[in-house]
Amino acid sequence: MNTRILGGIGIAALAVVPLLGLGNYHLHILITVLIWGFVYTSWSIMGRFGMVSLGHGAFLGVGAYVATMLWNTMGLSPWVGIPVAMLVSMAMALLVGYPCFRFRIVGHYFALVTLALGEVVRLTIVGLRDQTGGSLGMTVTGVPEGTSLLALQFGDRSTFFYVALLVWLGGLVIWRLVDRSMLRYALEASSEDEDAAASVGVNVTRAKLMILMISAAMTTLGGALYAQYQMYINPETVSGIAISLQIVFAVIAGGLFTQLGPTVGAVFTLLLAETLRVTFGHDIHGLDGTIYGLLLVLFIIYMPKGITGSIMAGLTRRRRPTPAAAPAE
Amino acid sequence: MFDSFLLESIINGLLLGGVLALLALGLNLVFGVIDVVWICYAELVMVGMYAIFFLYVYYEVPLAGAIAAAVLGVALLGMILHRFVIEPVLGTAPINQLLVTGGVLFFLQAAATLAFGIEFRNIGIRMPVVEFGDMFFSFARILAFATALVGVLLLWLFLTRTYLGTAIRAISQDREIMPLMGVDPRRIYLITSAIGGGMAGVAASLLVLQYDVHPAIGLSFGPITFMVCVMGGLGNMLGGFVAAFIFAQFISVGGYLFQIEWGYVIAFCFFIAMMFVRPKGLFSR
Amino acid sequence: MLEVRNVSAGYGSFRALFDVSLEVRAGEAVGVIGPNGAGKTTLLRVISKIIAPTSGSVVMEGQDLSRVPAHRVVEMGIAHVPEHRRLFPRLTVEENLRMGAFHPEARRRHAERLDFVYELFPRMKERRLQMAGTMSGGEQQMCAIGRGLMSGPKLLLLDEPSAGLAPVIVQQVFSLVRRIRAEGYTVLIVEQNIQQVLQVVDRAYLLEVGTIKQSGPSAELLASPEIRRAYLGL
Repeated sequence: MNTRILGGIGIAALAVVPLLGLGNYHLHILITVLIWGFVYTSWSIMGRFGMVSLGHGAFLGVGAYVATMLWNTMGLSPWVGIPVAMLVSMAMALLVGYPCFRFRIVGHYFALVTLALGEVVRLTIVGLRDQTGGSLGMTVTGVPEGTSLLALQFGDRSTFFYVALLVWLGGLVIWRLVDRSMLRYALEASSEDEDAAASVGVNVTRAKLMILMISAAMTTLGGALYAQYQMYINPETVSGIAISLQIVFAVIAGGLFTQLGPTVGAVFTLLLAETLRVTFGHDIHGLDGTIYGLLLVLFIIYMPKGITGSIMAGLTRRRRPTPAAAPAE
Repeated sequence: MFDSFLLESIINGLLLGGVLALLALGLNLVFGVIDVVWICYAELVMVGMYAIFFLYVYYEVPLAGAIAAAVLGVALLGMILHRFVIEPVLGTAPINQLLVTGGVLFFLQAAATLAFGIEFRNIGIRMPVVEFGDMFFSFARILAFATALVGVLLLWLFLTRTYLGTAIRAISQDREIMPLMGVDPRRIYLITSAIGGGMAGVAASLLVLQYDVHPAIGLSFGPITFMVCVMGGLGNMLGGFVAAFIFAQFISVGGYLFQIEWGYVIAFCFFIAMMFVRPKGLFSR
Repeated sequence: MLEVRNVSAGYGSFRALFDVSLEVRAGEAVGVIGPNGAGKTTLLRVISKIIAPTSGSVVMEGQDLSRVPAHRVVEMGIAHVPEHRRLFPRLTVEENLRMGAFHPEARRRHAERLDFVYELFPRMKERRLQMAGTMSGGEQQMCAIGRGLMSGPKLLLLDEPSAGLAPVIVQQVFSLVRRIRAEGYTVLIVEQNIQQVLQVVDRAYLLEVGTIKQSGPSAELLASPEIRRAYLGL
């Protein structure tokens, strides 16, 4: 019950944020955190079961490009475009996932197959340069009035904040639903030992496919949302190996196994980048990445559970001497 | 109808295959022995390319000396990578070993940006173009191909004809009993990492003759190298060798028939398709 | 030559050996017999330092092995032929044998050692270019013993050399052990095949649930009523 009250307070606090009269800059940071927090959550929903994908950029890219292209060329509303993009992503996930899971492609092999998928999407976007603008990227055609619910464009940042907040909360809800479903037990069992899981009647292939498709669809939504917010996309920032790795590492920094871990990862990486940018200015390229890379290595060596995981472990360790204080559920 | 342009792109594919084979070789060796994928492998190549560029262009070291220094330098980097990054996580979940080298990828790429900026730098050596009938081949590519073949041969001789090489193959088959043979596994791992790094250095010396060096160059070679290794069967050096040539043909001929990106797309799609036919590599046991 | 003094050892919280002491004198063949799970393999693993004892020490020719790193034990003259043979399956027979002579001292004399092993096991010479994993169990055992001999050891540790082999082959393996003895090697052999091993060794220790229950000359143990009843089914 405790956590539910805390959660409610947290959401309420977030909901009044735009009313505080924050400047555009701070609102922008918050929106960015929410969008990426959602994308990272989408990745972790499957990543935490040992299915490490290095190709989620593929789904992000499909989300950004399919929705935008349908809007720009055919005037099709993102309300239709986003579900179409999600279907495309899920079909892709099915196509690659089914044989992978069927033939027990796990660990390194799975990571590298997904990496290939991410590259296929990036190179396809670049290759379709007549339609997508290639490496130069493309702009989402804006509606003249600036704000349109149909076009999912909001000139006012606070409105977009609520959209991002809703989507992010949706991500957390899906995480919770997966947590409470049979799917979780199936996946946990198969991440420990696939043969054992299969022998007690878990349909490993089906369970893995389901979580992959959920994760792919969510990531696609994240990509589309990013496009709608930035109004500009290019293949390097929404697809390929670079962004795919960035997703993985933000999650590892934040913590893979806790519900808020991926979001903490988004806060952490964004704050780091912004702090360095504010302190050292725009001109020093690569400083954030250097520190980021170094931190990641240190995280994996010394703090493999990430920030949230380590805090949780620290808390339980402190609590353990007084087990009586633990509230009964 | 005889299409000499098609033949030219097939031969160019063959030449590219040599370079890919060399790139895959070091990665495969490290994986086969230590069971770790260096996701940052292409970034080691990038470091080597920068080393050659700066030694040759700014410090006016003769090219051969610059290359030798770069190969040794990257070999040392490989040892450092193993000792300080891989060794601490060797006992943990295998995926951590893959991800920790991903952190190194970020680090090296960003550090290169920080140190050298994002400009593209060219070593400025104009290699002659070899003309054959109405086909043209870059001499740099022919040189790369020849070096790759020699590299493969030398590594093969080392692995089969020397005590150390035999130990490297043995440790990949049964690590636990190596001390009973009087072999210190940690030492073999360090040596393997040095050789893997050295191979990246050799690859760097071939690539720097053909391409500009910039901090993100690893991202353009890395994925294709991993695909080659996986399709050949991670750790299977013969498989990687064959897969390199298959991939190179897709890229070269596909690029000729369509556009260069489509060559890559076809190659990657073929890779994904192959995973279903031979999930553990071309020559899986 | 080898002294095991009050050794206790285990894996994690599981204790496999309790205060075990034994001795092997130069030129002897000594057996450690006992049922499955008695700690026999653990004992050999402690001697060759694959695992560290929790207490006690192992002394080889007056030198305490606790300070010697695992990969140096073989240089002290101890060759361990592990349980299940553990050949490198995808190396050839000859490469397997050469791995046995990895340390610098042995490597200098490896051609000579190889001749010796081939003379002892002519079958290995016939198969020298075959992948070790493709040979029969008996041949693999020969190769494993040969690999142990390649280091030029003073003491050969054999872990269950007869395990998993057909009865005829078991006979051959034990006659091999006899020949190796005749060549002047000191042998410490761990076996479940008690009847057979007691005919090869001079003395033996009976190990049960991690403790030495009985020891003495082979003939004495063969005659012991407890052993006859519990292990020989007589």
